[in-house]
Amino acid sequence: MAVNENIIRSINVKRRTVNYYTSISDKLYMLLVNIILWSALIVVLIPIIFILASSFSSAEAIAAGRVFLWPVEFNTRGYQLIFKTSAIKFGFRNSVLYTGLGTIINIIMTMLAAYPLSRKDFQGRSFVTVLFSITMFFSGGMIPTYLLIRSLGMIDTVWAMVIPNAMAVWNVIITRTYIQSNIPHELYECASLEGCGDFYYVIRIVVPLAKPIIAVMALLYAVGHWNSYFNAMLYLRSEKLFPLQIILRDILIYNMGLGSPQDVERQMERLYFSYLLKYSTIIVGSLPMMILYPFVQKYFIRGIMIGALKG
Amino acid sequence: MESGINYTQNTLKTITRKKTSPWLVFLRQWQLYAMILLPVVYILIFAYGPMFGIVVAFKDFSIRRGILGSEWIGFKYFEQFLSTPHFYNLLRNTVVLSLYSLVAGFIMPIILALALNETKNILFKKTVQMVTFFPYFISTVVMVGIILQFLNSNGGFVNNVIKLLGGETINFMGIPSMWRHIYVWSGVWQGMGYGAVIYIAALSGVDPEIIESSIIDGVSRPQRVWYIDIPSILPTVTILLILSIGNIMNVGFEKVYLMQNNLNLDVSEVISTYVYKRGLVNYQYSYSTAVGLFNSVVNFILLIIANAVARRVGESSLW
Repeated sequence: MAVNENIIRSINVKRRTVNYYTSISDKLYMLLVNIILWSALIVVLIPIIFILASSFSSAEAIAAGRVFLWPVEFNTRGYQLIFKTSAIKFGFRNSVLYTGLGTIINIIMTMLAAYPLSRKDFQGRSFVTVLFSITMFFSGGMIPTYLLIRSLGMIDTVWAMVIPNAMAVWNVIITRTYIQSNIPHELYECASLEGCGDFYYVIRIVVPLAKPIIAVMALLYAVGHWNSYFNAMLYLRSEKLFPLQIILRDILIYNMGLGSPQDVERQMERLYFSYLLKYSTIIVGSLPMMILYPFVQKYFIRGIMIGALKG
Repeated sequence: MESGINYTQNTLKTITRKKTSPWLVFLRQWQLYAMILLPVVYILIFAYGPMFGIVVAFKDFSIRRGILGSEWIGFKYFEQFLSTPHFYNLLRNTVVLSLYSLVAGFIMPIILALALNETKNILFKKTVQMVTFFPYFISTVVMVGIILQFLNSNGGFVNNVIKLLGGETINFMGIPSMWRHIYVWSGVWQGMGYGAVIYIAALSGVDPEIIESSIIDGVSRPQRVWYIDIPSILPTVTILLILSIGNIMNVGFEKVYLMQNNLNLDVSEVISTYVYKRGLVNYQYSYSTAVGLFNSVVNFILLIIANAVARRVGESSLW
């Protein structure tokens, strides 16, 4: 089957090539296609390269507007300062904690919901499915949710960062569908005949077999935790609990953490330096994603595909 | 194979049906119930709890008296919102901003996907896909930081280029008429590659035989896009379109809020940021809940209309 398809494809490619070189309109068309792709590539790359180049330039060169796509007067002073800033260190540590703890809770909750829902003989299946699905279309909104979290005493605690979003219904549905179509029901029948209970079956059979989807889910959840600032803004008050994104917001958007030097000359210097600091902050803030990106990209695409095709 | 499974399942079902009552089935499946207990409790508290909390929109809520102890006041806060001078402005900002991002954010990924599908150079295709997908992973905070730095009048890239060409520097974030364009096109910059993935998947599902026979029939490339590629992604497009119309009133609060400043507030204040400021900055809980509820109701009506239209026009719909 696979071999057949490959043969057909290779024939296709050959015919396409022949066709492509014969017609002028097709040639113009391919030119258009290439222009679109090259401009997409360049437009996406320019801001990223600019930020990267600026973060390695001198503060004076940035302020004078001399930096384009290559570092001017190369130096790493911005980065040196960032790694000395305790707020960023604490924020980084908090974000790692929230992401780790949050993702573990997410995966446990998602599996606990997805497995019973994948069992067609589970009695409460349709009721629970409806109960869950409704929440995808209706929600209480910002203020009632805030009041709930408040009345549960979660304001300004670690729990406010990991419990209110302990599970996403959409991800449960994708995971359920994956288990349903990839782990045959006979496996359960065999196991249960041998006296295997559901909990044991999930831990010993379902989890190992569902590893690909668990990896996708862990990534989706983890990226969500790492990038979110909204819940922290709503529910956290004390600075020592702030995740990295809040610290980044204060530096990048609210221009905080600069101090107020008295003499004018130093003030200018500080101002220039604050420009540089923002560029290196952007890079440090997205560094974990940049490092992980090449590895996680294909899992992400797989996750989108499963969601799109089965959902 | 399939029928075999069905057969065994059916016999199993009839056996259980004959020999056991629902109560016994429940007892036998206690482990499944134990598993799903925690997620169900979670959903009841954190999804249905706030839905119950919507009643504060009809009450004169104060933290001290609690939800149940507060007085009913009916539609007072809805009337108050509809009669405030902000109302028209908020509604316009919300609708214009989301329609604009809907259209731009919808067309660009499709164009990118169609173009990617046409190129024969696999390496180039992979590179473009990988690069355009990356911005999706950038957090909202960093994204707004990038926008501010890129458009900055003190050394931002765009102003550097303008200066190089001999023009005057522009304070982009301070010009209200620029704000929507910046919001929408930075959104396209960030979401284009991500949005394209799903269409690329749909396009790769096109039967190679159809393409082959079209080539034999002498169909040109542009025609092939029009008659084969676009119809093949149309169902996906419709579903996504309905879903995003149902979200029209939910403009991405996080990004709008971070992009606001005193100079652009006239165009950048949308309903959700208004709810946040009134509710959690000024502590007008009941009033802001009412505004939020108004927003959700409009949203839901739009979803139903969009779905009905889609069902009339094409074959695909949500339900």
